Amino acid sequence: MTESLNAAWAVAWIRRAQVVLAENRMELIDLDRAIGDGDHGENMDRGFKAVVAKLDAGETEVSGVLKLVAATLMSTVGGASGPLYGTAFLRAAKAAEGDLDSNGVVAVIAGALEGIVARGKATTGEKTMVDAWTPALAAAQEAAAAGIGPAGALRAAANAAQAGAEATIPMQATKGRASYLGERSIGHQDPGATSTALILTAAADTAEAV
Amino acid sequence: MTAAQPQAGGVALVIVSHSEQLAAGVVELASQMAKDVILRAAGGTDDGRIGTSFDKVNDAVSALRADGYDVAILTDLGSANMTVESVLDFLDDEEETHVRLIDGPLVEGAVAAAVTAQVGGDLEAVAAAGRARELFT
Repeated sequence: MTESLNAAWAVAWIRRAQVVLAENRMELIDLDRAIGDGDHGENMDRGFKAVVAKLDAGETEVSGVLKLVAATLMSTVGGASGPLYGTAFLRAAKAAEGDLDSNGVVAVIAGALEGIVARGKATTGEKTMVDAWTPALAAAQEAAAAGIGPAGALRAAANAAQAGAEATIPMQATKGRASYLGERSIGHQDPGATSTALILTAAADTAEAV
Repeated sequence: MTAAQPQAGGVALVIVSHSEQLAAGVVELASQMAKDVILRAAGGTDDGRIGTSFDKVNDAVSALRADGYDVAILTDLGSANMTVESVLDFLDDEEETHVRLIDGPLVEGAVAAAVTAQVGGDLEAVAAAGRARELFT
């Protein structure tokens, strides 16, 4: 395990995320059918496949990889997740300076969360991906402050995102199209929070393999 | 042809919908009362699915701006707004003053905005008309 994560890790992360999102395509579709329009699994699968097709293994900067992800998701994902994840990766790219140590991991996750909040105007407790990214950021900050390396910070973030996604189950949606369901949105896990946990887990898995 | 024809420097509209057919239908409807106003439909994804397309919106806005129009944009649902806002994020400050996302009802707002553009209203007036607030008071 190294002290910093470079562009090769970022490429491996995004490739791994694509595989995991493809494997979980039906699960995300089912979650989104329950409380949304059912396109989340399809959109994420399509978006990340397009990203991987454009990934340049010769890219030398983490920020360059993240920027490519942002632009590709924005132009290939038709649902809300296109602009949301697109803006998240764009702000993450802006926050990434050189290779990432644990503070760099914190900056990237903070950038992503800031982008999602700016675009979606959601806050915690509204049954959205913000409910996964917010605890992820807190966990990464805690890990970094405790002197844990970047892979450990990502693992802490991924675990917190997973717990955050599960915590959306009893919530009533008050943002996005799920909010039209009112109380009937209770009892289902939010698909965007779920894909967030998958993407951050892919980041941790690939960081631990560096 | 009416006396107050909009021209370059006037306001054109972009109609953004998750459905290609809905966007085209709103353009058809609004055009009926605003024959000289340029209306562009940006509906559906690039491959014809339900959704919105960053590139379709961006291309429509860029083309209208290149022709010298101010651009008013109307949308159908929240995530269409997010797509439009993503496009607006890439404009510089000067360009941003010529492009406006209107928070109004798609059909009524598009008709009201188009008619206002037809009679020579500027971007501010078109945006105010497109919000169609009188419907909700």
